[in-house]
Amino acid sequence: MSFQPVKFYQTGTFTVGNRLLPPEERSVQASGKRFNSINSGHRACQGCGEALGARYAIDAAMEATDSQLIAANATGCLEVFSTPYPETSWQIPWIHSLFGNAAAVATGIAAAMKVKRAKGKVGDVRVVAQGGDGGTTDIGFGCLSGMFERNDDVLYICYDNGGYMNTGVQRSSATPAAARTATTPAVGHDPGNVFGQGKFLPAIAMAHDIPYVATATVADLRDLEAKVRRAMEFRGARYIHILVPCPLGWGTPSHDTIKMARLAKETGIFPVFEAEHGEVKSVLAIRRPLPVEEYLRPQKRFAHLFGKSPAVATIARIQALADKNIRKYRLQARQESH
Amino acid sequence: MEKPFAITLNPGSSLANHTGSWRTVRPEYVSRLPPCNAACPAGENIQGWLFHAESGDYEQAWRALTENNPLPAIMGRVCYHPCENGCNRQYVDASVGINSVERFLGDEAIKRGWKFATQAPISGKRVLVVGSGPAGLSAAYHLTRLGHQAVIYEAAELAGGMMRFGIPKYRLPREVLDAEIQRLVDFGVELHLQTKVTNILDTLKKGFDAVFLGVGAHIAKRAYIPAGDANKVLDAVSVLHNMEDASAPMLGRKVVVYGGGNTAIDVARTAKRLGAEEAIIVYRRTRDKMPAHDFEVEEALQEGISIKWLSTIKEAGESDIMIEKMALDENGFPQPTGEFERIEADSVVLALGQDTDLSLLDNVPGLIVDKGLIQVDKGMMTGHPGVFAGGDMANNERTVTVAVGHGKKAARAIDAWLRGETYAPPPKHEIATFERMNPWYYSDAPKTMRPVLDIIRRQSTFDEVLGGLDESNAQFEARRCMSCGNCFECDNCYGVCPDNAVIKLGPGKGFKFNYDYCKGCGMCVAECPCGAIRTVPEEN
Repeated sequence: MSFQPVKFYQTGTFTVGNRLLPPEERSVQASGKRFNSINSGHRACQGCGEALGARYAIDAAMEATDSQLIAANATGCLEVFSTPYPETSWQIPWIHSLFGNAAAVATGIAAAMKVKRAKGKVGDVRVVAQGGDGGTTDIGFGCLSGMFERNDDVLYICYDNGGYMNTGVQRSSATPAAARTATTPAVGHDPGNVFGQGKFLPAIAMAHDIPYVATATVADLRDLEAKVRRAMEFRGARYIHILVPCPLGWGTPSHDTIKMARLAKETGIFPVFEAEHGEVKSVLAIRRPLPVEEYLRPQKRFAHLFGKSPAVATIARIQALADKNIRKYRLQARQESH
Repeated sequence: MEKPFAITLNPGSSLANHTGSWRTVRPEYVSRLPPCNAACPAGENIQGWLFHAESGDYEQAWRALTENNPLPAIMGRVCYHPCENGCNRQYVDASVGINSVERFLGDEAIKRGWKFATQAPISGKRVLVVGSGPAGLSAAYHLTRLGHQAVIYEAAELAGGMMRFGIPKYRLPREVLDAEIQRLVDFGVELHLQTKVTNILDTLKKGFDAVFLGVGAHIAKRAYIPAGDANKVLDAVSVLHNMEDASAPMLGRKVVVYGGGNTAIDVARTAKRLGAEEAIIVYRRTRDKMPAHDFEVEEALQEGISIKWLSTIKEAGESDIMIEKMALDENGFPQPTGEFERIEADSVVLALGQDTDLSLLDNVPGLIVDKGLIQVDKGMMTGHPGVFAGGDMANNERTVTVAVGHGKKAARAIDAWLRGETYAPPPKHEIATFERMNPWYYSDAPKTMRPVLDIIRRQSTFDEVLGGLDESNAQFEARRCMSCGNCFECDNCYGVCPDNAVIKLGPGKGFKFNYDYCKGCGMCVAECPCGAIRTVPEEN
């Protein structure tokens, strides 16, 4: 586990805070004085997982860096809904350049800050780059891999909602198998996205042997905050991949965003772990094991698997992928400690 | 303002964009009625007092508890805790041990000497309370809280009613009973012992404005059993009553108890402690039909008491009795089979239920008595104006907790009646059902079991069987409460809102919504652990 679980206080580790906890043991998000790095009035859809994930992550980074933070943003939902010129929701220094170059822009800022600091003009200013899965795993992948191999002092955060959502839900290389998108329609013999394609970027990041790689979801706030904090303890290239459900693209009710992230983790569909220098250091174990069906059924993008004659074989293939994650990352449920 | 190259507009904040206009449903904070509170016959606000115990403020917890029930140390021992049967935590692991926390608070209050504080201005009204059992004590307490002078007339030489003369010591130590009664006397309740009321209308004329009757049900029901001279046939009420006198009843080596209620169990366990080698309960139906509570039956069986199911006593001989085997018919009623069996018995104790002595109510016009029970309206008033009644004499569910609830209800109705009004209870909130909660957020936490006295000591002594929790256990148990339907400030709504549209008001003050930016996604509702937020449609 990435963090010390809170001793039993009614809700223990799972809630955002709790009146019974001393303030220092509550999450950053529980504080009445949290940064709200991304402010109200943004144009994200109702129940947007990415807006939530971005606030969770950047608020934690602000806390960890004593507010000495600059963010570079790739094109994507996060950029579009937060910053329609000339208005912005960001309450931190923030820059958007192109779809594919957020990692490179961040590298440049980090280099500039290093020089300015050496000249005594600024303090220890840290740099974050962020983008969606399209800007990260597809379009920005070259720049990102370069940032990794040069070990530039940047934390890259990818908010993975499994597709190009703001342009109308097209497939990305992070779209899960069998999911219906605008470019992988639910027609033909094997409807939806093709099995055996796409990539799991956290594993590729680990292959660069960079200091820190982690995955997280918006359903596990304590874990997410602990990982951002940990990432900020390292110098060099770091990568955090956060699963952020998208009510629009996934076809789920807006109030189920956190539930969907929780189901992704509990079914083993999305492994939550952290790795240092290419080695897995800890995983967030499954708490209440569930079959993948529980995760798939509520989503309209998988509706074609559950018609009059359910696609049993396809569901079994997805279950096999989840089982592989559980084996590979050792996610089996274990006894909860109080 | 001088702008850089290609910049034509000043930067602005998204706060100008009131996304609240997107909303079709709005979230609202609500308080729902926790199932424990809904199930409590004494009307305790259980979730409310556990809330204070959770933070370790036991005095505040005790004060919140005693707003409804003045006898927590007693209740924490003898209540059959229907609250725990209602508790939503049973669907997660096991119900919260509400009863054991209540007992902890009650014992803590006795240890620390906490006293009740008066609230209402003195009304100058005097209300007579007949009987010092749980109904009478509760009525007197609540009348005092409302500013009236409560005067209890008790026929016996000691106060407590059936709590003293019906419940054995091993379930309710008398020091606890005495302490909680003394606290009521200190609070201003006038208590007159050995003062039997023989004619209620005459007594009322001695300067009382109203009366609450809580005389209980002390007359044992009998069954005709042909008996030889030498065999002793006793009744449970007098056996248990005599336990409080100097002379413990002589029951002999082999004791047969006839009946299937809690009283039958109490007598059998008492007989065992008095030295009986064998205590046998004879009951005409089966265990699932037995009115006695399961855990009491279990404890009795542990102590070596045997139970003859489906049996009736035909006759009692000199040193044995004849029992007839029964069989259940298709309607579940026992029917005789004609099969007989003799078992050895030195004495037979009948525990077949109790009736009320209603002689003090002779000549009171307007009273209605049905099947031995005095009939009362919703405010516990009998057919005679100004005469209220509660407890065992007014209902068949004869528990201390029900009686305490009656006393409270009656006190409120008397208070209203004295002012020429009718008491109207505030409308109840909807129940906080488990489906409305999000149990994911509660840590796994198994129930804390209370220590149980060794079997060997339960066979010869009247030491209390069930122990209490210590402070850390009690606090742990309190924290197992899921606070169903009532905000406990876990910060979830504040944290999970993607639009920062929840405003945190600070400790004890909860939260409010910022409807300028709330888009109505409903995430706060779905992720509220305790179901204290609901969505309602927007009007336009």
